[in-house]
Amino acid sequence: MTAVLPRISEADVRTALDAVVDPELDEAITDLGFVSSVSVHGVDGCDVEVHLRLPTSFCAPNFAWLMVSDARDAVRGVPGVGRVVIELDDHHDSELINRGLAADADYRGTFGHEAEHSLDDLRATFHRKAHTAAMERALTSWVRADPNRTEDDVAAVRLCDLPAGRERDALLDRRAALGLPLAPTSPVLLGPDGRPPSRDAVALTFRKARSVRVSVDGNAHFCRGLLTTRYPGSDADQVFRPSIDHALPLEVLK
Amino acid sequence: MYSKDGTDYFVVDAHIALWDARPENQRNIHGKQFIDCFYDYHRNLSPESEVWGYDEYLYQGGERLMRDVFADGIVDHAIFQPARLKEFYSKGFGQTEEAFQLSQAHPDKLTYNHYFDPRDGENGLDRLREDAETMHLKGVKLYTADWHGESRGWKLNDPMAYKYFEVCRELGITNIHVHKGPTIRPLDRDAFDVADVDAVASDFTDLNFIVEHVGLPRLEDFCWIATQEPNVYGGLAVAMPFIHTRPKYFAQILGELLYWIGEDRILFSSDYAIWTPKWLVEKFVDFQIPAELGEYAPLSTDQKKKILGLNAAKLYDIPVPAALQVAEADATATGPRDPDAADKNLAMA
Repeated sequence: MTAVLPRISEADVRTALDAVVDPELDEAITDLGFVSSVSVHGVDGCDVEVHLRLPTSFCAPNFAWLMVSDARDAVRGVPGVGRVVIELDDHHDSELINRGLAADADYRGTFGHEAEHSLDDLRATFHRKAHTAAMERALTSWVRADPNRTEDDVAAVRLCDLPAGRERDALLDRRAALGLPLAPTSPVLLGPDGRPPSRDAVALTFRKARSVRVSVDGNAHFCRGLLTTRYPGSDADQVFRPSIDHALPLEVLK
Repeated sequence: MYSKDGTDYFVVDAHIALWDARPENQRNIHGKQFIDCFYDYHRNLSPESEVWGYDEYLYQGGERLMRDVFADGIVDHAIFQPARLKEFYSKGFGQTEEAFQLSQAHPDKLTYNHYFDPRDGENGLDRLREDAETMHLKGVKLYTADWHGESRGWKLNDPMAYKYFEVCRELGITNIHVHKGPTIRPLDRDAFDVADVDAVASDFTDLNFIVEHVGLPRLEDFCWIATQEPNVYGGLAVAMPFIHTRPKYFAQILGELLYWIGEDRILFSSDYAIWTPKWLVEKFVDFQIPAELGEYAPLSTDQKKKILGLNAAKLYDIPVPAALQVAEADATATGPRDPDAADKNLAMA
């Protein structure tokens, strides 16, 4: 008798999960270490079980739901997949959320009276924050690249002025997600309405964007640290987004 | 009072607690999950030498609190900011009687703030009046993510909450400490959003709204609201300990706060017993924004004095020796402070 080889590999599942993003941190749940296990089993080798974990029991349940339900959709999209089980471990709402997932319920079906409409607005808010942070990273890197450039110059920077690389790619991805202009001559600095700010609002728009970036990066760093405290060894599963502040990393001291 | 290099600092710890999270007080699994979450915060952000064992973390009692908070005489005055959490703990999380008695025994050192919950309705309003009288309340601590029967959160601009704020105004409870958490009703919205602070701060301009944890994890939303509302303050609880493990991040938080709300509206807090104040005060006095972060102006000694105690002393009428006072900044009431102070080239040293 020969062993049945799984038709789906663990790597296929993890690749699919790479597309699932923590909306608050704008990073893949795989890079954050939130995927605690992936197993492929069943007689056909097509059934998948994934366990997810978060930095605290009290991470916000609405964001937890967005991640686990996105994970469910992503794994279901793997070609040839059979039965899919996704479970969130050790969360104050694990029971409620896992029951909802098992019953194939949506947000409202899972959270009942606490869910009014949908999480679409929440998701959109964090898509905008993700774009704002990416925009600030690109512009701050641009200013720092040349001692003759200052913050006052950022209004004139166009997409084609940004050097090729991680920051520009990340910005273009987030622009595409929001339907913002991708033309090479489009200004990089955009206000909350998606349009270039007026001349007197340039400095404020840029500083506001910085507070968003500081917040998102700081939260991501703290969440990774808490995950490591809660699940010793989970740091091995984490991939850090490189900081734009190369000279002074977000160091962790003992 | 803390002295370093010939400079004296009057220190007010604006956020401490006397909690009981021992198993016999845990009402359900959430009681354990909640204190475990605190303990992970504690272990993750404390210097190794300051990490406590799990059992001693569950409950400290008054005697130990006095020792920890007022160690070496560094902290001059501390303010209780209790959380009720009655759905998680049989006798509640914050120990009202014990903390209040302690503040009665040490009125020069301790101020007791209590809480209310607008979901207690009209009965809660009567209770607030009684509490204000017996406890001489100058402030309250509000946790909007507290669970209450079927409800797992509320907003400051809920109609019933407005009735409570009107009573606060009437009774002279002027300091409203706000703590956001992960749940709210409906869950459609971001529970950490501080838009409701904006609404109440505009409608109750004679009350001070101190947003704890400076809005973390929504520092950006907090800064944007607070820069527009002169009666909104930022409490540094939970932000402070980053000074050790992540000094660059701490510098960024402080830099953003000084830019958006200025030096007169930031309050030092240890969040005892999550952390102890002694090492936080010592590190803060020694702290400087790294030169590499040219986008932020350097931190002055006067700014440190205000943040460490003078700002909170003003809100609570805590007497400060004249020699330790510092003049208020000649700053705008709203909008960014001193935006030209920083290096616009963002030069990396």
